[in-house]
Amino acid sequence: MSDAIHAHDAAHGAPHASRRTYVIGFLLSVVLTAVPFWLVMTGPLDATTTGVLIVGAAIVQILVHTVCFLHVNTQSEGGWTLMAYIFTAVLVLIVIAGSLWIMFHLNTNMMPMVDAPSS
Amino acid sequence: MAAEATTETLEPTFYLVEEEHHHEPGGSTLLGFWIYLMSDALIFATLFATFGVLSSGFAGGPTPREIFSLPLVALNTAILLVSSITYGFAMIAMQEGKLGGTKFWLIVTGLLGATFVGIELYEFAELIHEGATPQRSAFLSAFFTLVATHGLHVTFGIIWLVVMLFQLNQRGLHPENQRRLQCLSMFWHFLDVVWIGVFTFVYLLGVLR
Repeated sequence: MSDAIHAHDAAHGAPHASRRTYVIGFLLSVVLTAVPFWLVMTGPLDATTTGVLIVGAAIVQILVHTVCFLHVNTQSEGGWTLMAYIFTAVLVLIVIAGSLWIMFHLNTNMMPMVDAPSS
Repeated sequence: MAAEATTETLEPTFYLVEEEHHHEPGGSTLLGFWIYLMSDALIFATLFATFGVLSSGFAGGPTPREIFSLPLVALNTAILLVSSITYGFAMIAMQEGKLGGTKFWLIVTGLLGATFVGIELYEFAELIHEGATPQRSAFLSAFFTLVATHGLHVTFGIIWLVVMLFQLNQRGLHPENQRRLQCLSMFWHFLDVVWIGVFTFVYLLGVLR
């Protein structure tokens, strides 16, 4: 259970957990979850600022989970988990941002065609 | 005789450039499972993109602000987050070779997961009761598809967890079971990561807009 053994384990192959990283990750996640809910449920700030803050908190929390719970680092599996993770993150961003971008413009262009009664 | 000696010397010699890694059995299984999780992330990415595109297609039906109950979502988020750290404690007990501790924390994690799914089903039942069914609008179709896909993943995680409890009861913490528990660990934490996206982009931003 010495630190030397843990450091050695962490350097090779399968990720190994330590109580400290789990507790740190948990505490950070509690803060990063509670603050967005508090911001939206009590509404002390205007909607735009709140939106930016909660998206920022989500991104930070995803990174915290990745490092503290999923143990992704440059050493695990010879760096391949990290490579796969970065590749997936790029694809996820392209799929989501790209879809929203394209469909938003399509919506805008299609607007005059739709004779929406509400507008 | 001489010819044989020559071929012997010409035989290619290999040098291990890297230091010898003592691979546990299943090292590649963990990486393979990780790649599966990444492909699963792409499924969720497409569902998030669909929801993003359709999230304002109310078709005159209910809007997120009218139907979402944030205290319930906060409760569910807390339950899933706590289940993440209890699974972490199960992994630590496993590394310390404590079979009883591993089983205890796994049971706690499974119960929290079951509560999560139960609350989600209750929420769905309430929504359908109020007439906010998947057929009502594009927004609701996308909402139910995304959130139910996540809930289905959690359900399968619970089934896997129960199977692991039987395995541990019968065979204890042998290397294969440790490998399976590590895969389930990644699966469980991955689902919590997806939930961060769900509560932020579906619930919080939905109520905010």
